[in-house]
Amino acid sequence: MDGFADILFGLGDKLAAHVILAASAIGLGIAVALPLAVWASRSQPVARVALGFASLVQTIPALALLALFFPILLSLRAVFGQGLPTLGFLPALLALALYALLPILRNAVTAQANLDPGVLEAADGVGMTSWQKLRLVEAPLSAPFIMAGIRTASVWTIGAATLSTTIGQPSLGDPIFAGLQTQNWALVLAGCLASAGLALIVDALLGLIERGLARRSKIKWGAGMVAVALGIFGALAYQSGGEDDDTIVIASKQFSEQYILAQLIGSRLEDAGYRVEYRDGLGSAVVHNAVVSSNIDIAIDYTGTIWANQLKRTDNPGREEMYRVIKQWEEGENGVRVLGRLGFENAYAFAMREDRARDLNLTSLEDLVAVAPQLTVGGDPEFFERPEWIGVRDAYGLRFAQQRNFSPTFMYNALTSGEADVISAYTSDGRIAADRLVVLEDPREALPSYDAMVLISPRRADDENLVAALEPLVGAIDVNAMRDANFAVDRSENKLSPKKAAEQLAEVIGL
Amino acid sequence: MSRSYGDVVAVDSVTCEIAQGSFVALVGASGSGKSTLLKMVNMLEVPSSGRVLFAGGDVTQQPPAKLRRRIGYVFQGIGLFPHLRVGENIAIGPRLSGEGLPEARIAELLELVELEPDMASRMPDELSGGQRQRVGVARALAIEPELLLMDEPFGALDPITRDALGEKVRELHEKLGLTTIMVTHDMAEALLLADRVLVMDTGEIVADETPEALLVGQGGEIAQGLVAVPRQQAERLAAMEGRLA
Repeated sequence: MDGFADILFGLGDKLAAHVILAASAIGLGIAVALPLAVWASRSQPVARVALGFASLVQTIPALALLALFFPILLSLRAVFGQGLPTLGFLPALLALALYALLPILRNAVTAQANLDPGVLEAADGVGMTSWQKLRLVEAPLSAPFIMAGIRTASVWTIGAATLSTTIGQPSLGDPIFAGLQTQNWALVLAGCLASAGLALIVDALLGLIERGLARRSKIKWGAGMVAVALGIFGALAYQSGGEDDDTIVIASKQFSEQYILAQLIGSRLEDAGYRVEYRDGLGSAVVHNAVVSSNIDIAIDYTGTIWANQLKRTDNPGREEMYRVIKQWEEGENGVRVLGRLGFENAYAFAMREDRARDLNLTSLEDLVAVAPQLTVGGDPEFFERPEWIGVRDAYGLRFAQQRNFSPTFMYNALTSGEADVISAYTSDGRIAADRLVVLEDPREALPSYDAMVLISPRRADDENLVAALEPLVGAIDVNAMRDANFAVDRSENKLSPKKAAEQLAEVIGL
Repeated sequence: MSRSYGDVVAVDSVTCEIAQGSFVALVGASGSGKSTLLKMVNMLEVPSSGRVLFAGGDVTQQPPAKLRRRIGYVFQGIGLFPHLRVGENIAIGPRLSGEGLPEARIAELLELVELEPDMASRMPDELSGGQRQRVGVARALAIEPELLLMDEPFGALDPITRDALGEKVRELHEKLGLTTIMVTHDMAEALLLADRVLVMDTGEIVADETPEALLVGQGGEIAQGLVAVPRQQAERLAAMEGRLA
């Protein structure tokens, strides 16, 4: 495991991206909320609608709000053209700004409603125009309350910005999501500390401004403003140094195998002279779209996933045919280059303890049919609802004595402790090797195949240097090598970082 | 002119003329329409029907903000701007017209209402209620108003401060040659300060007399009912003094 301090200080680029994203979202929130608050203070219906809308937005979980902007922006492409980004900074900015709206708006409207009526009467009485009244009386008297709203919004936004990782925007959520998946707690802790620290510092600075405004101390609020501005400019300067259009962006979904393969691909590209950037922990649904739109250059996806989610197919034409159809569709419809299959599958499969399979003399699902009525099958909570299970059950006529649901982690424990005789497993899962399990063969090809394959975005599809650097990976990783690498990251003791595991994997496969 | 809110008529077909240089008191019970009538002069209230002529022109001929910069306005709530210093509060009217007010003039205005000139640098919340209303008067005078409107100006003050400030305002009225309209529910205050008293009841002017005429019993039942209160108080006090003597 890398040293904790190394991890923490290695987060500079994530921190800079986080600061810029959060500051932009709060800025946009302020720019929308303040005029809206002025309007609301002069019209009761506007106040009701605006506050109602902002409260409604607040009830949507931040993660869902971020994800919702993908289809919204996608449909807006009809208006703004294909250049409109659907992932990354723009949707994150919009979702977070919407989220920041409520506290600012509510405080501003409340502040206006609570202004001393005598003071407002005096403002009219001395002959202020409505603009002078706003500028000379309402704004300065509301400022401390509005600032308190901005403060609340800032703390929320800095926290919620960690979730923008899932829609492909780098942030301090990157180490948190990566760490959660690989159970690398140092990484999670570093991300949380950095994000919480940032929130605390911003809260303190904005608190200084708020007190300065309340006590009418120009020095206090001026100093706070300068410090905030310095932080934002610092982040901008840091980031503009690292921006490069020539960078290859590699995606990974939220599990260890993806992190390892992303590192493996990244290191090969770096050796070939490319600059590489990782987008870790993306939502599974997001990855494919991100590659098609060239927001991301390289991703590993699985044939079964694309078959069901992108092509909306439920039939099973067999492993080779499925790959052929997908490759043709990707290259014809999307301009995405399918470089090739890596050589292993991460499919649903049925696994048993090696000794138990030997005692019962089982090697395939066909053998299982006869003894199944005496056995218990375990699966993750959704498994028995999935088409994969229904397909297998009907293809072989499998009838078990009992079906039990386990969370994925406990599924393997259930098998070793004998609470389940057969479980649904993922074929590349490291625990298959570690727990000495056997995967039952599927001679009737009832389980759809999940061949891992390399996708290259349209933007990079014709980059022959890049293709040459990655070509050796095609067909090079067998399932045992992948299982070992996954287990090295997933195990609870002596675990490796995805980067280290990728280095070992490269050695094992002779690259 | 009239002013109604839905079915409620606050001011009911009132016609009256106020001569330049006079000190007029508008007296009546709560809800009699006296404040509404006053506020129609500087357009804080807009007449439902009828019009207000000021210095020969209809008040609606100019933007309300511009009109109000010519008319001093003092009211019970005082309404000093809490985020501005006393001096800045006094100078607000000229500042709005884009002129500004020299410090010497602020000091002069403070002296006029019997406050120390160094109070200009204080914040309003450092002042007592009486001091604040003095600043309110100074603010109204800063624009050298052609007309001074006062809506229950001393209503929230203690009796001693109230009496002193009333005297002061009357003195300034003479000294600066102002035209003053003051709303009050206190007939004694009206009789002592004004040279013309309008009595209002349910939106109408029911009496229009000099203080002297009211004291000798003119003006009708409602006006005499209001005059009776301070008179009886004075008589009872005199009787008590008599018993003590």
